[in-house]
Amino acid sequence: MASVISISNVNKIFRAADGLSVTALQDINLEISQGEFISFIGPSGCGKSTLLRVIADLIQASSGTVTVNGKPAAEARKNREYGFVFQNATLYDWRTVIKNVQLPLEIMKYSKEERDARAREMLKLVELQDFAEKYPYQLSGGMQQRVSIARALAFQPKILLMDEPFGALDEMTRERMNNELLSIWARLKDMTVIFVTHSIAEAVYLSSRVVVMSPRPGKISEIIDIDLPRPRGPETRDMDAFFHYTSEVRHALRGTKPVDRSGAVIRDGAIE
Amino acid sequence: MTDSAPSRESQLAAVARADRPPADYSGLRTALISLAIVVVLLLFWEGMKAFSAANNYAVTIGGTEIDLTIFNNSQLPHLGDIAASFMEPAQRNGPPLYQTLLDAVSFTLVSAIQGFLIGAGIGFALAVLFAHFGFLSRGLMPFVVASQTVPILAIAPMIVIWFGRAGNSQMAIPVIAAYLTFFPVTIYTLRGLTSVPATAVELMETYAASKLEILVKLRLPNAIPQIFTALKIAATSSVVGAIIGELPSGFQNGLGIAILNFARYYNQSPERLWATIFVAGLVGILFFAFIALVERLVVRWKPKESS
Repeated sequence: MASVISISNVNKIFRAADGLSVTALQDINLEISQGEFISFIGPSGCGKSTLLRVIADLIQASSGTVTVNGKPAAEARKNREYGFVFQNATLYDWRTVIKNVQLPLEIMKYSKEERDARAREMLKLVELQDFAEKYPYQLSGGMQQRVSIARALAFQPKILLMDEPFGALDEMTRERMNNELLSIWARLKDMTVIFVTHSIAEAVYLSSRVVVMSPRPGKISEIIDIDLPRPRGPETRDMDAFFHYTSEVRHALRGTKPVDRSGAVIRDGAIE
Repeated sequence: MTDSAPSRESQLAAVARADRPPADYSGLRTALISLAIVVVLLLFWEGMKAFSAANNYAVTIGGTEIDLTIFNNSQLPHLGDIAASFMEPAQRNGPPLYQTLLDAVSFTLVSAIQGFLIGAGIGFALAVLFAHFGFLSRGLMPFVVASQTVPILAIAPMIVIWFGRAGNSQMAIPVIAAYLTFFPVTIYTLRGLTSVPATAVELMETYAASKLEILVKLRLPNAIPQIFTALKIAATSSVVGAIIGELPSGFQNGLGIAILNFARYYNQSPERLWATIFVAGLVGILFFAFIALVERLVVRWKPKESS
């Protein structure tokens, strides 16, 4: 498949005020295909959110390039090809739910009728059509995040970037949101999703590929193809292959090798 | 690590269930508390007078004699006398005091509102400029702060003279009021414009929004609660500014001159000055209350940090 996003030799160095510099990203190379669901996973400080922001052209790489369909990321941003979902829903408190979903459409100069029609369609997609006139403070955390997904999808971006969108939700809500996200992605064919998470189960459940990153300096340590059948549902989580992939990702995060089930657990004193 | 998560979720769920915030009687309670405070103050006022009169305006505590003559009728009039003075003419054969004061209020209030509008406009414009141009903020902010440390009484006569030369001496009063009102508006609006979450700005950048769109659709609405806080402060200080501005202006019609005149005759009839002070305070309170009412109509959402 043709790659839609090409990341080549990207480095990002943050210079702190005291003169010290931190290498947030080192020699990142990655090709992402059209319609792929790819996850970045790693411990805090591994640069996964930084990489997402470099792709979105929200911050500039110190060196290297990110291209979208052969054009620079800055151009993709100006062409409004990115939808971005933040960890906190980042709804505007003073706007009702439907007005929040309409925000990108206002900026992109859609007509009033089209704004209204699209926003209602998107709220239906995330099953919040009955909450259109509510204010964000009247919604639960999971509902707020669904509004923010509806807002990101309202202008039909080709690429959806998600920065730990369900990180603040409890486990049950998170699993339900995972299912909703997969069904939305399945309906919007060809939309590429880049998903940042620190949950192993979430990364395996959602993705076609999991990019495992390690910190100090932030770099890609392994890329794991997740070959689980689609459509995925609650039964996917019970599959042997699902356990196999989660343990493979866990070992990649620790930098250890998986052992067979009967064997002794490898003790390495690493994280988790 | 996630110990507090379930309780937060259930709180949010509870909020989601409620269509509107639960009905509360905090407004009524506030009104009753304010009323109770007024009653206590009035009782204290009359109580001190009665106590002082009973003790012949002097008490001895621990060997020290304390003079209580300030509570006699020529220093601190009875509240009933103050109320009664509204109906009596302030000058022989003149209109009753309330009529004089109503005229003074309408003169002063016009200047205060003009000053409020000028000051709020200038304050707002400065805040928008400061929010967008850091060098302006760094360069001019010290002067903005310094402007408020200079006593307004020292500047007011100059403003009167300048506007007199320009042939529009009546404008001096609103300009003096504006001098006091622009400051809180600048400070609070600037804080509202700049205290925007980083992700809220990033969101706009993913839409390739212009600076103007970020100002209009993000920074300004974000600043509205703080702007209202500033306007409430500005409303009261514009009344003070107008009263001070009248003193050197030569105009005889306002509350400022009324206060000056009645202060001169305080020993003969102190109740007139007190009546004027109460009226001046009431004007400021009503102006404040009006802005607070507009705020309730405009701010329908729940601001994150209530100021």
